[in-house]
Amino acid sequence: MTQSPAVLKEPWQDLGRQREGAAFGIWVFLASELLFFGGMILLYTVYRVENPEAFAAAARETDIWYGTVNTAVLLTSSLTMAVAAQGAEQDWRRLVVWCLAATALLGLTFGILKGFEYAEDIRKSLIPGPDFPLQEPAAQLFFALYWTMTGLHAIHLTIGIGLVSRLCLLGALGRIVLRGNPQFEVTALYWHLIDVIWIILYPLIYLPGRAS
Amino acid sequence: MTTIAAPSGDLPVSSEPSYLSAGYTLGSWLGTSDHKRIAILYAISVTLFFFLGGIAVTIVRVELFTPEADVVTADTYNRLFTLHGVIMVWFFMIPSIPNIFGNFLLPLMIGAPDVAFPRLNLMSWYLNIGGASLTIYALIAGGVDTGWTFYTPFSTMFSNTHVLATAAGVFLAGFSSIATGVNFIATTHMLRAPGMTWFRLPLFVWAIYATSIVMVLATPVLAITLILIVAERWLGLPIFDPSRGGDPVLFQHLFWFYSHPAVYIMVLPAMGVVSEVITCFARRRVFGYTFMVYAMIGIAGIGFFVWGHHMFVAGMSPYAGLIFSFLSFVVAVPSAIKVFNWTATLYRGQISFDAPMLYALGFLGLFTIGGLTGLFLASIPVDVHVTDTYFVVAHFHYIMVGGTVSAFFAALHFWWPKITGRLYPETWARFAAILMFFGFNFTFFPQFIVGYLGMPRRYHVYPPEFQVYNVLSSAGAVILAAAYLMPLGYLAWSLVWGRRAGRNPWDATGLEWQTASPPPRENFPRTPHVDVGPYDYHPEGMSPAPYQPRHRGQGDQA
Ligand code: HEM
Ligand SMILES: [Cu+2]
Repeated sequence: MTQSPAVLKEPWQDLGRQREGAAFGIWVFLASELLFFGGMILLYTVYRVENPEAFAAAARETDIWYGTVNTAVLLTSSLTMAVAAQGAEQDWRRLVVWCLAATALLGLTFGILKGFEYAEDIRKSLIPGPDFPLQEPAAQLFFALYWTMTGLHAIHLTIGIGLVSRLCLLGALGRIVLRGNPQFEVTALYWHLIDVIWIILYPLIYLPGRAS
Repeated sequence: MTTIAAPSGDLPVSSEPSYLSAGYTLGSWLGTSDHKRIAILYAISVTLFFFLGGIAVTIVRVELFTPEADVVTADTYNRLFTLHGVIMVWFFMIPSIPNIFGNFLLPLMIGAPDVAFPRLNLMSWYLNIGGASLTIYALIAGGVDTGWTFYTPFSTMFSNTHVLATAAGVFLAGFSSIATGVNFIATTHMLRAPGMTWFRLPLFVWAIYATSIVMVLATPVLAITLILIVAERWLGLPIFDPSRGGDPVLFQHLFWFYSHPAVYIMVLPAMGVVSEVITCFARRRVFGYTFMVYAMIGIAGIGFFVWGHHMFVAGMSPYAGLIFSFLSFVVAVPSAIKVFNWTATLYRGQISFDAPMLYALGFLGLFTIGGLTGLFLASIPVDVHVTDTYFVVAHFHYIMVGGTVSAFFAALHFWWPKITGRLYPETWARFAAILMFFGFNFTFFPQFIVGYLGMPRRYHVYPPEFQVYNVLSSAGAVILAAAYLMPLGYLAWSLVWGRRAGRNPWDATGLEWQTASPPPRENFPRTPHVDVGPYDYHPEGMSPAPYQPRHRGQGDQA
């Protein structure tokens, strides 16, 4: 077993155990996060069942192109992240740094596209309030949930970009041990969570009312 | 967990300095990653909040002494009971036992040097303090009048008080509790000493583990609820606003989906404490250890499915009402199992009535009354009659204050010698325990009656015929307050003048008693190996060892 003092931290006595512990901890945290978004999605579901027409009409106002392209972007980033985490195991430093950079950039692309989409939404005044263009009151509910859910997702994404960039920088400067370091797996799992949540949000937000 | 071998020899005691003398600067405390020091940080902050919440309710009780509004205005009254509820629930009840005693004892009890993520542990404390600061800011800035439940649409549309700061404060506290939960779960899974199998864990560890699961899975729902309040109140998004299609009852569903499990966040750790104390002072192995474990897991699990019993009068379909009513009866079963098992443990035990035991017995009595009245409330016809009356106030105080706060004091006295290395004056402690039980019943029992007679909660004026009950209750509160203040005095005294406790003043089992008091920074000089089950007080085939408490008569002589 490689006992690297730089990686091994209190209270752990061996590296393998420490990695297992870190991975276990992040999984528990992810379960918590899923319930966080779960509460939100439950609320959405109840309102949608109560107001199917209004939700369909409101969802048709969203821009499916932004949504779809962004889904592809985020899925790709999950791939590069996974490669980075595996590369860290093999101690392939160049690969890891490049993949992390790609992941952060793809995340950033998602954020920028989302920004454009938000700008368009604002131009169409799809913000609940007196100027809201749609008639049915429940359409405002849809957009209230749209802004909150995507906003919360964006906050998670921003944190994720920060974490990935940090690892990328440390890796590029050679300031971090790759092999056996739990930080890569933990960050990767967090990044995949951001992806998974988006994959749930995508059909909820963009697809209602578009079947016919 | 059927065969229990004889206890192995004591572990070597370290000659290292204790965790308390590992550094004396403020920085060595505020930057510590030692779970024991973090526990002390929580002990200080949580005690502070307890007294802050207590001051608010003192004014409430003074106001209720007479039927008229002669001390505070209606507005001030609303702010006072909100402050009391918010602080007591989120900054006392939820963090108290897990964060103080869980933090201190969990690693010791499983033979670990620390929790799994020590820096996260410290961060949790800062989050908790940050949340409390925001809430106290809201108080200074003028207070909140929504009640601790933040019901919409009042909290989002009508209240003109500091809802946002308070919600943000509670949100931070929630984040802290998630971080703590993750930490404790990972610690229990990953850091048990060799031989410490799941069914050799002390019940307190099981209790903290079950609590942590509830924290991790329920608190995020509270977080989302608070965020939605902020979104509606601050950003004007329609979410629960009925005039724009929203549904305020959905708020209540989300809120109670957290807050009913939160009741178990408050009471499960208390059950863990009581289990430890009762076996120790009855000198008997816990009756039905495995049942105790499954009961706690059952409580944690079923607790997620009964939130609707808070909403029987909020407009719920009769079918939903029936199901929630039924499930609420079901969730009482594991609690009843636990009460039976504690009683069975006491039965034929060699009971000694030391202070921790008196507090634990107080828990048993008061929790049982609280639980039984809970069954009244779970049956819809009775609930419709007494909902939003003082009957409910009495019910949850019996559980939360009579139950959990008693257990908190039991824990404080039981582990005080371990934490500080000192013994407190036993006579004073017993006196305070009895006074607390007496003062508690004096305060809250009249509230059952006056509530049943129809006095609504959250009003500062009431019909004169209710006055006698309120006078009783307020008088009892004075006694209770005195009983809460007393330990502050004699425990502080013991820090300086108390006799040295030694490793194991109660002759208790459990790894935490095998290391020095107070323990050294690294907890155990060598990783302990466990080869026996818990609570080996009466080893099979041995005649009951007579209890020779080593502490008796020591702390008393001052
Ligand atoms: C020290 C003795 C205490 C007294 C005399 C007392 C008294 C009261 C009273 C009179 C109310 C009802 C206010 C109203 O509805 O008009 C109340 C509410 C409440 N108390 Fe206490 N209390 C005490 C301690 C505690 C403690 C230690 C806790 C929790 C750990 C607690 C938790 C609560 C909660 C959650 C409410 C509900 C607040 C609400 O209705 O919004 N109390 N208390
Ligand atoms: Cu409940």
